[in-house]
Amino acid sequence: MTEPVIEDLLRELTPRVLGALVRRHGQFEGCEDAVQEAVLAATVQWPAEGVPDNPRGWLVTVASRRLIDQMRSEHARRERESATAGEVVPADVPDSDDTLVLLFLCCHPTLTAASQTALTLRAVGGLTTAEIARAFLVPEATMAARISRAKQRIKAAGSSFSLPAGAEREERLRVVLHVLYLIFNEGYTASSGSELHRADLAHEAIRLTRMVRAQLPEDGEVTGLLALMLLTHARREARTTATGDLVPLDEQDRATWDRALIDEGLGLAKASLAGLALGPYQLQAAIAATHADAATAEETNWPQVHALYLVLERIAPNPMVTLNRAIALAETEGPPAGLALLSTLDSDERMAGHHRLLSVRAHLLEKTGDPAGAYEHYRRAAKVTASLAERRYLESRAGRVRGLSVP
Amino acid sequence: MKFLISMHINPAVLDALTDEEKAAIGDGHGRFMEALKASGEFITTQALVDPSQAAVVSVRNGQPVVTDGPFLEAKEYLGGFYFVDCENKERAIELAAQIPDAAIEGLGVEVRQVMFADGQLEA
Repeated sequence: MTEPVIEDLLRELTPRVLGALVRRHGQFEGCEDAVQEAVLAATVQWPAEGVPDNPRGWLVTVASRRLIDQMRSEHARRERESATAGEVVPADVPDSDDTLVLLFLCCHPTLTAASQTALTLRAVGGLTTAEIARAFLVPEATMAARISRAKQRIKAAGSSFSLPAGAEREERLRVVLHVLYLIFNEGYTASSGSELHRADLAHEAIRLTRMVRAQLPEDGEVTGLLALMLLTHARREARTTATGDLVPLDEQDRATWDRALIDEGLGLAKASLAGLALGPYQLQAAIAATHADAATAEETNWPQVHALYLVLERIAPNPMVTLNRAIALAETEGPPAGLALLSTLDSDERMAGHHRLLSVRAHLLEKTGDPAGAYEHYRRAAKVTASLAERRYLESRAGRVRGLSVP
Repeated sequence: MKFLISMHINPAVLDALTDEEKAAIGDGHGRFMEALKASGEFITTQALVDPSQAAVVSVRNGQPVVTDGPFLEAKEYLGGFYFVDCENKERAIELAAQIPDAAIEGLGVEVRQVMFADGQLEA
């Protein structure tokens, strides 16, 4: 087996091994450390000595040994070891998939979103602390402290290693999906910095969402989220120029969209809409699917996009949704209608001075033939955004309309 | 989200503090750093030498011209900064309020989000 194949195998096994250990011993904190050490040992040994016949059993055995070593050294000062304390558990643990239980634990509501994402990537994704630190552009010590604080909080909250039931389960699943969405977004658009594609995080979010879907194939929102990720990820090459400049959706070269991802995403988006209840991810996937369906920007079914945003606004009211609806409305009823809808957001303090509100208004003013107003708003949006790529884009748009406003 | 929390010092204000007050500021920064490190929000911190030790460099007609002293003749100067990675701007402001300088009249603590970063973060 080649090293990348071994790496994939280890990442896939990590949550299952951790699940088996926590089921047996409790104490998520200690088990998580032990599994990381076992995975590290495998990374060193397997490429040289070959992958064992039962890789999962091997990892469970090694991790259990590490865990017992840890427990022993903690108890050593206080009590003499009993002869049986070091007995290693047999490797033939049942092969149940605890990925979901682990995800629920890592996305514990007492944690901040930053801690939830870090812990999820480590305990479920099988990434090392150093890899996670690199992905989020922070020192390894910072990420290590964040993960260790998160584990302490989970311990203090006294969570049991089981799936919550009923309404709580639903609520916790929404948190899990939100964390996966955040990981994807972090990979897709770095909120700050010059790098627009942190593709590894996006891949990882897709991989984890696939894992959740394997466990919950009937959940429309899980399927919707996966569809949304695939349809968005399919456009990654078209989103920027070779020099890293942003390309808006209507100017993207659709031939460079990843056809395989689009097809899979379209299929999933359709499947997710078959259920009775509709959630925000399903609707966003349906919107992304509508865009993906259009061979050219001009062929976009804007009435459908607008209708979907209307439903989304109703079930999950949010000024960002209204903002996006204004873009669709401008396409179906003309830019003045879009601008009128935007003006309803001016009194919303969440949106006051937000760069997206300024840039959409600039865009619509440009379309109404008001280059001076568009220039002013592009400039203001460029000042407010925290993304360097977006600032460059907005400044270039400002430059473009300026030529029109000064004869 | 990454933020730079910069501390703008006023040498005259600092000079007027008692030894106890100066020690309390030092202790406060120590506690702040410890808490930041434990919470997983700390990236780095740097403190700068006295502004009198600064040199201003300009190039005129292709020749560098160096002037001793700070760029602006001001009362406040950049004294140092904390570089943090935290949940949002509200949290960054909450952190800034824990810096002892924020409680002293005449010293400024400013929060700004980072837009671009490059280079090695590990020491």
